[in-house]
Amino acid sequence: MTRMGWSVLVGVAVIAGGIGLAGLRVNPYVYFAGYVILQYVVIATAWNILGGYAGYVNFGTPAFFALGAYTAVFLIRSVKAPLPVLIVAGGLVAALLGLGIGYLTLRLRGTFFSIATLALSVVLQTMIINWEYVGGSRGISVLRPSGPPFGSYVTFLFTVMVALAVVAVLVARFIERSWIGRGLAALRDNEEAAECMGVPTLRLKLFATTVSGFFLGVAGAPFPYYVTFVEPNSAFALDYAVNALAMPMIGGTTSWVGPVIGAVLLGTASQVATVTISSELNLLIVGVVLVAFVVLAPEGLLGLTRRLRGR
Amino acid sequence: MADPLLEVDGLVKRFGGFTALNRVTLHVKAGERFGLIGPNGSGKTTLINCVAGSLRADEGRIVFDGVDVTALPPHRRTRLGIARSFQIPKPFTSMSVLDNLGIPLEYAGHARSEGGGAEARAILKEIGLEAKAHLRPAGLTQIEMRKLELARAMAARPKLLISDEAMAGLSSAEVDDILAILFRLNAQGITIIMIEHIMRAVMRFSQRVVVLDAGERIAEGTPDEIVRNPAVEKAYLGE
Repeated sequence: MTRMGWSVLVGVAVIAGGIGLAGLRVNPYVYFAGYVILQYVVIATAWNILGGYAGYVNFGTPAFFALGAYTAVFLIRSVKAPLPVLIVAGGLVAALLGLGIGYLTLRLRGTFFSIATLALSVVLQTMIINWEYVGGSRGISVLRPSGPPFGSYVTFLFTVMVALAVVAVLVARFIERSWIGRGLAALRDNEEAAECMGVPTLRLKLFATTVSGFFLGVAGAPFPYYVTFVEPNSAFALDYAVNALAMPMIGGTTSWVGPVIGAVLLGTASQVATVTISSELNLLIVGVVLVAFVVLAPEGLLGLTRRLRGR
Repeated sequence: MADPLLEVDGLVKRFGGFTALNRVTLHVKAGERFGLIGPNGSGKTTLINCVAGSLRADEGRIVFDGVDVTALPPHRRTRLGIARSFQIPKPFTSMSVLDNLGIPLEYAGHARSEGGGAEARAILKEIGLEAKAHLRPAGLTQIEMRKLELARAMAARPKLLISDEAMAGLSSAEVDDILAILFRLNAQGITIIMIEHIMRAVMRFSQRVVVLDAGERIAEGTPDEIVRNPAVEKAYLGE
């Protein structure tokens, strides 16, 4: 079997494991928290395709996530579209936004690109606040469809998120190991040199921003059914911007494993902190951990283990 | 006379109100060793940035190997056979020396994946870097870094190699080392444009030299003719 075949097999096994876990019907909170952690696996992995592989730091994660969520809200309200349609549509709309910011990279690099993406998030939030059809600033209640395939609806969403996380990670891994990933690494190291060595930098950047945007939107699409009440402040929460960046940084940005490790560690830590201490403390913990890593292990846990093993 | 490999016709490049290149025309023949010299700020690097595509010329035409490349992005020109080294080395810092060569091999050298490793190793051997193949560029010395620039450009399998001050700051023995490499590459049929401040090297290497001063072409000829040209002397030393 090819290497790709193996990774797909492992992915299928993980999804089967998720369904098995859903069938156990343990404390519902486990699924509730598990969903959030898996959602962050998708977000961190998606962010890393642009931020880690191509080196373009996107502070606008909330814009993409919320775009996925609000596309879903719109489709639920207008045509009562089923969940798979919401996920694909949410992903595609966010991918389009991704393609748009891809063209920004023509003129904006480094910090300036990051600032532009941050501004994008603010602009989009303002637009949603003024759009009554999807709830405006007051927010909107979403009714879950009745009769999920198994268990409660949250358990069902949990397994959906397992599958989405597996797909996102497989795609990221495939990109990283293909000629696209090598080209992205070259342009991350030095864009001018990469271009002069035959790398079509613009096309690769557009690819990265589009795929990254797609999966950020995908992560947001099931969100309305998860929370059942969507309002701009929670959909555009700063947490998404900070976590999307912190998780890959903590895990290690150069490999697909990094964001997964970061999302699981940080996601679990903040869930535990929410329950045991306070939900407000979350962001503080993330911030402190991020600063510690940037100072002590700038290449994340992966870089740290590599360094320790090297000695 | 063979058709020129590179034709630059009436090239103009302005930065705001400053004209960096003013109607520069030059033809480089296939297989030639071509020297491009001029005082600091004379427009040498601007000219090769225009040829390689990093800068878009405001006027004029660039034809390479029969193809008008004036409007092509750099990566397309590289695939047609124009490769350059950078004055200030710009290695891919996160990759090993070997993987640095893998990028042009894969993207411009038409050697997708298979055999790429062997080819990269062969180039490193030719340039004298094979012992450093698995090092990161940060672990290289100055001269090794310059060699990496040349090796990476070679991995694009160019017809024309533009060497932008590959010897600046090197010792005399190291200059000879780089010169020997460039002579060998030329013997394999690669046309070379050398931009250099070290006169001893350019004059020994080049068959023909063009002199730029303040964005204008002021002289062209064999090294001997250039040395005796009063206009060149004036450009370098003043009246």
